[in-house]
Amino acid sequence: MSRVQIAFQDNDESRYIVAAIEQDNTTAVVHYEPAMIRVENEGSLIINRDTVSEQIGMEWDVQSLHINLITLTGHIDEDDDYFKIMWNN
Amino acid sequence: MTIEIKTSTMKPIRNTYAHIERRFGDKPATRYQEATYDVHSTHNFHYKPLWDQDRQINDPARTAVVMGDWYDLKDPRQFYYGPYVQNRSKMQENAENNFKFFEKRGLGESLNSSLREKIIELVIPMRHAEVAANLNNMYGTAHGTGTAVTQALIFEAMDRFGNAQYFSKIGLALDGNTGDSLATAKEHWMSNPAWQGVRAYCEKTLTIKDWFEAFIAQDIVLDTLINDLYYRQFDEWLTQNNGRDLLLLMEFMQDRAKDSQRWSDSVLKVVVTESEHNSNQVLAWISTWRIRAQEALEPLASALLGDKALADAFAVLEKRLTKVGLNC
Amino acid sequence: MSPKKLNLKDKYKLLTRDLDWEFSYEDRKEAFPYEEFEGIKITDWDKWEDPFRLTMESYWKYQAEKEKKLYAIYDAFAQNNGQTNVTDARYVNAIKLFLTGVSPGEHAAHLGFAFTGRQMGGIGARVAAQMQSIDELRHIQTQIHAMSHYNKFFDGFDEFNHMHDRLWYLSVPKSFFEDARTAGPFEFMIAIGFSFEYVLTNLLFVPFMSGAAYNGDMATVTFGFSAQSDEARHMTLGLEIIKFLLEQHEDNLPIVQKWLDKWLWRGYRLLTLVAMMMDYMLPQKVMSWQEAWELYFEDAAGALFKDLERYGIKMPDYTDTIKQEKEHLSHQAWWIFYQYTHAAAFHTWTPTAEEMDWLSEKYPDTFDKYYRPRWELAAEMEAKGERFYTTGLPQLCQTCQIPMAFTEMSDPTQVSYRESIYNDERFHFCSDPCKSIFDNEPEKYVNAWLPVHQILQGNCGGGGLDKVMEYYHLDDGVANLEFEGSPDAERWKEWKGVA
Repeated sequence: MSRVQIAFQDNDESRYIVAAIEQDNTTAVVHYEPAMIRVENEGSLIINRDTVSEQIGMEWDVQSLHINLITLTGHIDEDDDYFKIMWNN
Repeated sequence: MTIEIKTSTMKPIRNTYAHIERRFGDKPATRYQEATYDVHSTHNFHYKPLWDQDRQINDPARTAVVMGDWYDLKDPRQFYYGPYVQNRSKMQENAENNFKFFEKRGLGESLNSSLREKIIELVIPMRHAEVAANLNNMYGTAHGTGTAVTQALIFEAMDRFGNAQYFSKIGLALDGNTGDSLATAKEHWMSNPAWQGVRAYCEKTLTIKDWFEAFIAQDIVLDTLINDLYYRQFDEWLTQNNGRDLLLLMEFMQDRAKDSQRWSDSVLKVVVTESEHNSNQVLAWISTWRIRAQEALEPLASALLGDKALADAFAVLEKRLTKVGLNC
Repeated sequence: MSPKKLNLKDKYKLLTRDLDWEFSYEDRKEAFPYEEFEGIKITDWDKWEDPFRLTMESYWKYQAEKEKKLYAIYDAFAQNNGQTNVTDARYVNAIKLFLTGVSPGEHAAHLGFAFTGRQMGGIGARVAAQMQSIDELRHIQTQIHAMSHYNKFFDGFDEFNHMHDRLWYLSVPKSFFEDARTAGPFEFMIAIGFSFEYVLTNLLFVPFMSGAAYNGDMATVTFGFSAQSDEARHMTLGLEIIKFLLEQHEDNLPIVQKWLDKWLWRGYRLLTLVAMMMDYMLPQKVMSWQEAWELYFEDAAGALFKDLERYGIKMPDYTDTIKQEKEHLSHQAWWIFYQYTHAAAFHTWTPTAEEMDWLSEKYPDTFDKYYRPRWELAAEMEAKGERFYTTGLPQLCQTCQIPMAFTEMSDPTQVSYRESIYNDERFHFCSDPCKSIFDNEPEKYVNAWLPVHQILQGNCGGGGLDKVMEYYHLDDGVANLEFEGSPDAERWKEWKGVA
């Protein structure tokens, strides 16, 4: 399985998103780099709206992910309630 | 003493980029100026476009219109990317609230069925026409000269795609999000005689090779007429025919058209006052496209507003052209 | 009746995909005339999978928010004289290279995606390309604004666009983007959308931006990361376009493979600038070029190519060469600029003793053996007041346009040199891939505007070097030459109160 990765600008909003990722992807590894938080996982990685909303304490729109996103690898599957990246190998 | 030294050593060694200084003098420049002027590459091109071997990749000869300086086509709104998206973001927030209000109060259900059908038949199909507008403005972005006009063209293109989506959303607001109204509207677009002229006009504009001609056919001739028919005359008609609620959903398009016309008026004016060659060329295009527009819009305007409507719209076009010094 | 809840996919379909129609009054080929000449076969645009599903209203909303944040930082940066917070004035040369070399490429990409965003027949692909086009406009403009403040305090920024059309090394990025834009719409999408944006963009942006972060340059960090958030969408488009072309028709495979072979190499050669920036120009280093290559190419692109194998796509066979070159590239590139910095709009310098130790540690197999002696000699000469410059004009590779100074990997002391004859004329190349790119389309590459040829033909101001410098708008003793003793260095000392 190949690794997928996603990176966010290091700011307050991103911390909630990363916390949600850690909660829903137990094998994910988080790297804190200058001004950037990079998360890696084997095969795939999912961000769930409900988990992030819970973390932030209010309704979170999945597409607002774009504001703090820096980069990602893998194929994307996106809907109202989740955002997923994955490799097919 | 120390403070004095500090301020004198922190003095800028120049105020702005050299090409901006050459144009506007040695003084601090606006963000619009720095973002816009001379950004297009102009010299020493490397390869011939495989799709246009006779011209350079950036080539002013992609239109018959000639300008001494294409950067004369300044956008009166001074939109560069940042102010553009921020302005439209405010407008969309307003539109979003309008749509929410419309939906929450069930205003779609209180429309009488003949009005609803009229909207689906004669308004929603505009979503397709707006795609042509998107493409024609995109064409100018790709082939035009000078960031002053090409950036304004892509803003217009994206706006028009936004319009296409707002027209679609009106449909969804009327059909309870089933999409049935959009399917019906598309049938009208494809085969209702009221729309065939407009559709033929749109398809024709997409085959234009000269990007400034595309601007004339789309942003000047067709849009002036459509704007007047839909955002002035039909606006009045809705007010008088129990359709006020729908105006909420048209507001974005109406405000945007006004905003855009300030820009397109200015482009047209600068180009035709540049030279007789330009004004003759533009007049030639206008005379061809207005004949096509007349033919194209007659059935639609009559169905939407009655027989006199198109003549009124043409009077508005006339006035607009006269204002920039074009007497047809 | 309460309205049905539409999910993102259905909503996007209704608001975008459904907008296109079958033409009845004109031939659709007249409206989309460039879809076929490249040999690509599209059987059904409906099979296009939208890479992301932003409506225009969401686009305006999120992009406006990003812009607001970005410009707030620019304003604060200028008001607080943020330029004095960078680690060292040498650092600023990295972003001079960025503004003159990379930013105009963003504008070229903007125009290129406007072209494909107009010309592709399928509305899903078109809209994605259009959004990328306007994003690229955002990038050039936010970069100009970020650098605007630096321009007021450092030399080498002020003539960026004049230079981009003329200066010798800037023909490397300029010809790269023009090569893509003069190709057909699908090759452009594979060249810039996939090869550059998907496979290589992380190697451009992340090192530059991390470099900025390590070196106290908040303006660049902010625009870089803010631009990258658009890049994530662009990468997704790049991946979708290649999958789409490969799934449409089996005849597309060899065409796409040929484009990939060409564009990954073209892009890799362009990244030479990044390699030397990372290893030599950052006072505070982030990671070595080699490490960045391993992380962002070998690792990430490795997974990608494994995924593309099912379509029959192969990793280009020169990737072994690249693997060997990663230990040499930055050293050879910085040496080129060190020698020719009198004709460049940024300063160069010899690495400090500490920096050389860092290079030895990062490049244990190559630095001490091949490059340290050279830098030590250069430093010695400089100490004697004999700073080394090369006065002759270099020969350029006909394809990538980089001076011919890269070496054979089998013998890193031997300059690599290839040639082809076309129409009785001899053309020179730095490598096998650059030669084969030329051999595949000689009629295209003979039209390259090679700066050195042009100088020799008198097309760059004519006459001697002083005329050429005038043509470049390069004032001698200002933006060019060695860093030590430059006006930049002197001003920096003044600000920092160093004698």
